[in-house]
Amino acid sequence: MANYSIFSLARNALQRHRNWQLAWRSPTPRLYYDAIIVGGGGHGLATAYYLAKQHGMNNIAVLEKGWIGGGNTGRNTTIVRSNYLNPESAAIYDHALNLWEGLSQELNFNVMFSPRGVINLAHDIGEERELRRRVYANQLAGVDAEWVTPVQLRELCPILNLDPGIRYPILGGTLQRRGGVARHDAVAWGYARAADRLGVEIIQNCEVIGFNIQAGRIEGVKTSQGEIRAPRIGVVAAGHSSVLAAMAGLRLPLECHPLQALVSEPIKPIMPTVVMSNKVHAYMSQSDKGELVIGAGIDGYNSYAQRGSLPVIEETIRAVVELFPITSRLKMMRQWAGIVDICPDASPIISATPVAGLYFNCGWGTGGFKATPGSGQLFAHTLAKGEAHPINAPFALERFYSGALVAEHGAAAVAH
Amino acid sequence: MLLLSCPWCGDRSEEEFVCGGEAHIVRPLAPADLDDRAWGDYVFMRRNPKGVQFERWRHVSGCGRWFNVARSTVSHKILAIYQVGYDRPELPE
Repeated sequence: MANYSIFSLARNALQRHRNWQLAWRSPTPRLYYDAIIVGGGGHGLATAYYLAKQHGMNNIAVLEKGWIGGGNTGRNTTIVRSNYLNPESAAIYDHALNLWEGLSQELNFNVMFSPRGVINLAHDIGEERELRRRVYANQLAGVDAEWVTPVQLRELCPILNLDPGIRYPILGGTLQRRGGVARHDAVAWGYARAADRLGVEIIQNCEVIGFNIQAGRIEGVKTSQGEIRAPRIGVVAAGHSSVLAAMAGLRLPLECHPLQALVSEPIKPIMPTVVMSNKVHAYMSQSDKGELVIGAGIDGYNSYAQRGSLPVIEETIRAVVELFPITSRLKMMRQWAGIVDICPDASPIISATPVAGLYFNCGWGTGGFKATPGSGQLFAHTLAKGEAHPINAPFALERFYSGALVAEHGAAAVAH
Repeated sequence: MLLLSCPWCGDRSEEEFVCGGEAHIVRPLAPADLDDRAWGDYVFMRRNPKGVQFERWRHVSGCGRWFNVARSTVSHKILAIYQVGYDRPELPE
């Protein structure tokens, strides 16, 4: 398959775009693979790509029950940052951020990574102390972070309401200049195309309905398209991780909630950066199409329904209108929810399980998109070597028994 | 959006309540005898079912009391509301 380039674009334009090749195949599943990835979202496709690219495994398949990138990969607010508090988290998210910076070249697919800076606002003294602490922790961990004053914020994001008289006045914020946004669909498509070119088989409309486990060892999966054998299986199923774990007789420390987002009608560029506020619970950026992309919170009860409730959006919109008064007359075009799998410590799980050969990558909760490349690469390492990479070793399932939690509720941004 | 019927106050909007998560998780009677694995299972591991969940709710903006709810996590339909301390009710198919 030809590389995408300015020349291929020109050649295909001259041929009136009738000769573009499909970006990936749609094979029927084989009876045996060396490894199977369950879940064709960004993390799953990235895992398959790095397994093929860095570990030389090319007899592998990605099984997706719907269409690739149709779950949380297509439902998030596309923010990429790595300003987490603990050294373990800073390592894993910064690893991902390093990969983001070269990802379009790596995949030969424009993922439109736009490092336009991510700002986290502080609205009271307690929050200011907490955020300043995080800036210092980030700097010690080698993560790009700085404190910005309201005067600097006026320059960075002119539409912010810096009036000290509002209900939750802005006292300052943190800025990660290397953070930004990326095109979420392009991440799934780019990894799918790059993995497919290395021989990975992407099988859509193939739902896993059970595991074949013999004497504590994984032997294969039962799917809606028949049984497939594989000695190694990696489950990357986000909101459905607990359901798949139950099929293998396991329980995970996860609870699923709907996380909502919405977009406005497209308008001219007004927002040059990404702004997040934990206190009033709003975050916003502007897409290249001109829509304001707004992230809301989670519903307070467990749910597998990909829709959220109205009070959650109302709360977020109240906050957005006060923080950005320019938005008060904007119409919202679309609203949706994804099902996020939340861990008690707001950190992910990349881990072996008590079933030999069965691995889980889950628990990314409200913030998995930013970690896509790093998560995939580390999970591929874990699957290929049978043991964790030093960066993801602290994120094993075992931490819920040893007590070595990686508490990131402050940095996870979405309150839960 | 849910309409929950508090056993003491009647029908109220979900905004008056908080959900306390999975119900019927019994605190170990002899905590000192537990090993790390049993503690981890008790504190952190959850069923998180896709389907019927038995869960605890509290009417925070009303009477403040706890009660149990059987609810579908797919359709959000409320299947039963019952008091704390009772077994899971029989649910209609």
